[in-house]
Amino acid sequence: MQVQLSHPARTVEVKGPKKVKELLRELNLVVEAHLVIKGDDLVTEDELLYDKDQIEIRPVISGGSPLTPHPLRLTDSR
Amino acid sequence: MNCTKCKTKAVIGLPRHNAAFCKDCFNGFVHDQVARAIKSEKMFGKKDRILVAVSGGKDSLALWDILLKLGYRADALYVNLGIGTYSEQSYAKVTKFAEAVAASHGATLHLHTVEQEAGAGIKELAQLIHRPTCSTCGTIKRYRFNHVAIEQDYDVMATGHNLDDEAARLLGNVLHWQEEYLDKQGPSLPASVDGFAKKVKPLYRLSERELAAYAVLNRIDYIVEECPMAKGSKILQYKEVLTRLETESPGTKQMFYWGFLEKQSKKQPTATTMTEKDRAVLHPCTSCSQPTTAEVCSYCKMMARARMESPR
Repeated sequence: MQVQLSHPARTVEVKGPKKVKELLRELNLVVEAHLVIKGDDLVTEDELLYDKDQIEIRPVISGGSPLTPHPLRLTDSR
Repeated sequence: MNCTKCKTKAVIGLPRHNAAFCKDCFNGFVHDQVARAIKSEKMFGKKDRILVAVSGGKDSLALWDILLKLGYRADALYVNLGIGTYSEQSYAKVTKFAEAVAASHGATLHLHTVEQEAGAGIKELAQLIHRPTCSTCGTIKRYRFNHVAIEQDYDVMATGHNLDDEAARLLGNVLHWQEEYLDKQGPSLPASVDGFAKKVKPLYRLSERELAAYAVLNRIDYIVEECPMAKGSKILQYKEVLTRLETESPGTKQMFYWGFLEKQSKKQPTATTMTEKDRAVLHPCTSCSQPTTAEVCSYCKMMARARMESPR
């Protein structure tokens, strides 16, 4: 599936099928700091995503980018 | 995952409330949280005129949307900071929302352009007066919002500060033991002296993620890119730490900030004390008449220095 990311804007290809929470973990992103949008719709962590899906992962934290290299980089340890 | 209330398919899970919601029930949840904040903090009533500070970001546009949908009389002010394409894009988002949504509620958008008054955008202005950009921006925004609120007889000024903003700010103040700032960390600050508008933060019960979700679900087109001047800011570092804690223990942010508010409310009648304190130290600026602790307020000092340093 095509996954659009922000900060900086880029697109990555990820193999499906995969649950939202697995996709976020694979990309080293935390649920609390992101929204996952499939087409125009928000999807929950347990939603299964397929290769044909267009996905946007949108950061929600204002005041800078949670994706910039930083000693406190957010990782999902669950 | 199904909606906790109506059992249809959920669009968002909220671990801190141990709940999940469909679009309609989530909108109801968001509106309830804002209504609760307004009532419990005695922010304003249905007859009051509210001035919302909008930036083109998710929080301020969501706040304007929510207040209008709840039936409040809410206009907005946008301050164009002159940060190249970022300001152009954010202004486009604000005008789009004003025309497509706010106008149908009879609401007005006011505009202030920094470049028109200061002769330069915020970045150039900050360089000219040798001050950090974010602090220059803060001084200008606070001054301009208060100025328009007072000049145009608004009863209250509302900003889009959310739970993450307030928890991060509290963490910063506690880490540096800046106790003098804690009194002003409440979501409702009174119009303590003539020339100061009442200031409220109706979104303090909602997280950043919840507000982004509200904007997406309600097709509010906001600027996703962050202000290029804010990168690497301290407040972002505090937000990241709190978000990591929230991930491990849902509810941490609200326990931290709401717990602080509860303790503050038991400690003293904040509004009275703050009003008394302000009245003791504030007097009109000799240049513009807005309240200040000095002879000339920081905004007028900044503008005078910019004029002096200006190459023109």
